[in-house]
Amino acid sequence: MAHTLPALPYDLDALEPHISRQTLEFHHGKHHNAYVTNLNNLVTGSELENKSLEDTITAVAGDAGKAGVFNNAAQVWNHSFYWQCMKPGGGGQPTGALADKINADFGSYEAFVEQFKAAGATQFGSGWAWLVLENGTLKVTKTGNADLPLAHGQKALLTMDVWEHAYYLDYQNRRPDYITTYLEKLVNWDFVAANLAAA
Amino acid sequence: MARSQLLSLLASLVLLLGWCPLPAWADFALPPLPYASEALEPVIDATTMSIHHDRHHGAYVANLNAQIAANPGLTELSLEALQGQIADFPVAVRNNGGGHWNHSQFWTVMGPVGQGGKPSTQLLKAINASFGSLESLQTEFNKTAAGHFGSGWAWLIRKPDGTLAITSTANQDNPLMNLEGIERGTPLLGLDVWEHAYYLKYQNRRPDYIAAWWDLVNWNEVNRRFAAV
Repeated sequence: MAHTLPALPYDLDALEPHISRQTLEFHHGKHHNAYVTNLNNLVTGSELENKSLEDTITAVAGDAGKAGVFNNAAQVWNHSFYWQCMKPGGGGQPTGALADKINADFGSYEAFVEQFKAAGATQFGSGWAWLVLENGTLKVTKTGNADLPLAHGQKALLTMDVWEHAYYLDYQNRRPDYITTYLEKLVNWDFVAANLAAA
Repeated sequence: MARSQLLSLLASLVLLLGWCPLPAWADFALPPLPYASEALEPVIDATTMSIHHDRHHGAYVANLNAQIAANPGLTELSLEALQGQIADFPVAVRNNGGGHWNHSQFWTVMGPVGQGGKPSTQLLKAINASFGSLESLQTEFNKTAAGHFGSGWAWLIRKPDGTLAITSTANQDNPLMNLEGIERGTPLLGLDVWEHAYYLKYQNRRPDYIAAWWDLVNWNEVNRRFAAV
């Protein structure tokens, strides 16, 4: 069962002007695609060949000898999840049960935003910022390179890619501007709410 | 407060400031690029060089200086000496102090195409002893640089036993740092493989950036670093 590159859930220019068509062409068509290709090359013919993506990740997490498999498998998962975390006309405040949960666990939406922005801005080098559910409580985290909540017993609800390739063509060194735009214009809260409801 | 009192207070302030040593936050400085920002065209474009030097390197220097108040010991160390004692400092010093040293070396080991000279006889002898040939060194270096996952640097180092080796470090770490997991040695040549170093021109094609970069290598500086060990 070869791993496949999922189609973007919107057109390449759907997130303009916040994320350019050019960025998505490279990010989805080259970076995400390369992780899929590399993963298939690494697992074909091994005992991991027929495992699902999530089973592959949990099987090799923490195994230094399988770092290549982990990095590529986790990056396939992270990007597939990231695309769904955004939508044209997204951003702003969540509503309903998700909003209530954010208020209960962070104190306010603004407090969540402050933590999420800090996580994205202070993830030094390549990595990801997350909203996760851990033991029933919402939490903001950050991970380096390919690392992800699944490897830490947490349920991912929302992610933001802060590898430079996610924003460099559009924002260059201005990562904080990308983060603010992501929250104000791009987040697909419906997807996050569905993740919370399914948890 | 009477006007005379105010003037007197202001005069005292001026005197006081005049007598104070230079404020500590001025201690680390962003070195200017040793060439024009367009000098490395067409291998590295002028826009990349300006943003990389002025914004990224500039931010490491500013953020390192912002650490001085909480870590006054920083003012007693040279930038290079700091690297060897980095384990004694918080992670913000490691990240920004490393970023300052790494980029400062990066600018100097590059130069305009065709002006970098060649490895010296002594360096070539060491290269042949450790790798067999310059071509083999480059093949191994390219593989390490292309295969480094995430942000970081690829290095040619001289190990304490005198042999040369290729290594890579994550983020802004470098081979001078006294950290666990780092293969230590004297850096002779370091290549930035953070995406910000090449993304505007090469995007996902890191191997193309690495292959083209050899045309920029300033062997005169690498020779100097090798001879100074």
